Amino acid sequence: MQYTEIMVRYGELSTKGKNRNDFIGRLNGNVTKALHEYQQLRIHPKRDRMHIVLNGDDAQGVIARLRQVFGIQNFSPSIQVDRDLDAVKKTALAMMQEIGKPGMSFKVNTRRSDHKFFLDTNDMNRELGGYLSDQLPDLEVQMKNPDITLRVEVRQDAIYLTNQVIQGAGGLPVGSAGKGMLMLSGGIDSPVAGYLTLKRGVDIEMVHFFSPPYTSDNALNKAKELTAKLVPYVGSIKFIEVPFTEIQEEVKHSVPEGYLMTIQRRMMLRLTDQIRAKRQGLAIFNGESVGQVASQTLESMLAINDVTATPIVRPVATMDKNEIIDVAKAIDTYELSIMPFEDCCTIFAPPAPKTRPNLEKTRFYEQRIDVDALIARSLAGIKVTEIKAGEQFLNQDEEIIAELL
Amino acid sequence: MIYFDNSATTKIAPGALQTYQAVSEQFFGNPSSLHVIGEKAFHILEQSRQQIADLLGVDHDEIFFTSGGTEGDNWVLKGTAIEKRAFGKHLITTTVEHPAIIKSMQQLEKLGFEVTYLPVDQFGRINPADLKAALRPDTILVSIMAINNEIGTCQPLEAVAEILKDYPNVHFHVDAVQGIGKGIQTAIFNERVDFVTLSGHKFHGPRGTGILYKKRGRHLAPLLTGGGQEHDLRSGTENVPAIAAMAKALRLLLADEPEKVKRQAAIRERLFNYISQSDKTVMFSQLTPDFAPHILCFAIKGVRGETTVHAFEEHQIYISTTSACSSKKGTESSTLKAMHVNEKIATSAIRVSLDEYNTLEEADVFIKAFDQINERFKKINS
Repeated sequence: MQYTEIMVRYGELSTKGKNRNDFIGRLNGNVTKALHEYQQLRIHPKRDRMHIVLNGDDAQGVIARLRQVFGIQNFSPSIQVDRDLDAVKKTALAMMQEIGKPGMSFKVNTRRSDHKFFLDTNDMNRELGGYLSDQLPDLEVQMKNPDITLRVEVRQDAIYLTNQVIQGAGGLPVGSAGKGMLMLSGGIDSPVAGYLTLKRGVDIEMVHFFSPPYTSDNALNKAKELTAKLVPYVGSIKFIEVPFTEIQEEVKHSVPEGYLMTIQRRMMLRLTDQIRAKRQGLAIFNGESVGQVASQTLESMLAINDVTATPIVRPVATMDKNEIIDVAKAIDTYELSIMPFEDCCTIFAPPAPKTRPNLEKTRFYEQRIDVDALIARSLAGIKVTEIKAGEQFLNQDEEIIAELL
Repeated sequence: MIYFDNSATTKIAPGALQTYQAVSEQFFGNPSSLHVIGEKAFHILEQSRQQIADLLGVDHDEIFFTSGGTEGDNWVLKGTAIEKRAFGKHLITTTVEHPAIIKSMQQLEKLGFEVTYLPVDQFGRINPADLKAALRPDTILVSIMAINNEIGTCQPLEAVAEILKDYPNVHFHVDAVQGIGKGIQTAIFNERVDFVTLSGHKFHGPRGTGILYKKRGRHLAPLLTGGGQEHDLRSGTENVPAIAAMAKALRLLLADEPEKVKRQAAIRERLFNYISQSDKTVMFSQLTPDFAPHILCFAIKGVRGETTVHAFEEHQIYISTTSACSSKKGTESSTLKAMHVNEKIATSAIRVSLDEYNTLEEADVFIKAFDQINERFKKINS
């Protein structure tokens, strides 16, 4: 179908009172960014809805992009038709044929903002409904909860037809809730946490620790590629690589095995927090899930969290692993996450880490290393890159290979 | 030069050959190596697997690389026998299979397995009712070819699948070495089929390559054990350049498949209509839709097949006696024997087999040569 317009219904922002204009402005900006490659279309953000006039741009491509913009509850592609009953009938029939399957039910729902049109609402419903049910004997007319509702809007300039409501991504426009740092490993949980964070309107920057030669370039590239999977929801994401080799070696050398993991995590959190402060973030996000591994027991969280008072938000804290995996599959990060490249959370992992580390002992053992100097050296080596949509890191031969095959 | 012996082997596609060379040079690593050179090789290997899976409409973890049709057939039969011997020792196949199946079955018979060979009718086709009657509680495998390599009969795979729906534990193998790219992919990869054997060099890929489709959840013991490649089911360092070239050849083969099938069928029809007019010929292949579009098997009465092959060779037309594997041994066709064709006529059988590059003009040249050869033999043979 050659759709001419897409009508976007806002998500939760309808309830946000005075801030409404800010939210709509932010959403407008995000939609504009998401659709930047479409040159012809025009976006009209109104107070209760947003209208995207396609001017010939590809509706399917635009729809695919819109699905990934947070702050949209749902949207409907529509077709503009001349104010002529035969034209309306013809287009309506084609639209119903496209999505109607035998046995489905439908109704026609007309609204008029132009009351001078020669048919009133009921006449239009009857006239068009009668025509469609004659033409489409496989479809059944049903007034209550039909499978398809064909909406007809009679306006001054033209008549608009729509028969689909496409679910949006929900949530709040990214950026409307400020900025935070996401601690991204390469596992299943942290990308999901990142997705859920973005969904609540938080702009994120990725903080990734890497420890060559204990971790390979693949592990780093995998984290970047995971980031690229989340980019469509925001436009671009900053990726911050933090060198962690020296700290890991030093901790391994100086700290009793049972406390290795706890103290490593405290160092990671300190680093993340300093990066956050420097980059004006408001909170730290991570993929911890209560009780999942030794570092994620409440005792561990207490001992690790001890190094900062910054809010640490754990979007998947109370989710079961399977629930997390379901989200990971839905956002297409799962297959990447399970690629077997060792990340710095697993190297030097002792056979029996303390699942209930003692806070006092943790602090005591940590005195054996020069925390400030190690942190300073690591921060001096960080590297920030911007990851954009469609970038590839793991399989850079992709194009050569595609040509060869 | 007219090459009409594509069921014996096909000429490698230029694109596939280029891929072979480029991959040999640029992706020479061992896919199991940890470093980046190994990574690259691993990656193109897996991309090849994915492409093949997509082309065949299956999942990438259902595709295994082998050395060819013979290995695929051996693997499914012996792998099933090893894997499922506790559940039964009875296997079913047909009397017209490729020797890779027949000989493997005979080997299993020596080891105490029992094999039922389903008979065929005058067109080389099994009767599904015979299969139904042959199935037993201890049957572990049914192996049936998609297209007969000697005369081109398409076996009733869908009817077999229908019967086997009531026997969900029986492995169903289709030897589709002659069947790929011939317009019957949905029948070959129908949902009841568990294993499919393909051979790269039959579709313009390099020698020494093959594909085994193994449905997810089906178990097969490995024949080649060792380094654990192919999910520990087929050890041996992967032949990456050849596999990539095969993936490319398969893509080229299946592009515009219906068009190509139509073209081959048209050539075969022209040849059939002309050759069958002579009172000196006997046609084994038929023009009905249950014969493959690319194989035409017939005999010039009273002339040994070998002689006819050489007579055509004088015209630079290359065909074969029935199957290339047995042609040098001078043995008569096993398919024709199974069809109860008179032995004398069977030794006269020759096979023309086409590919998507053959043309109607070549058919006309063939017909002219046929006329001359037929006339010449009439003199010595009246």
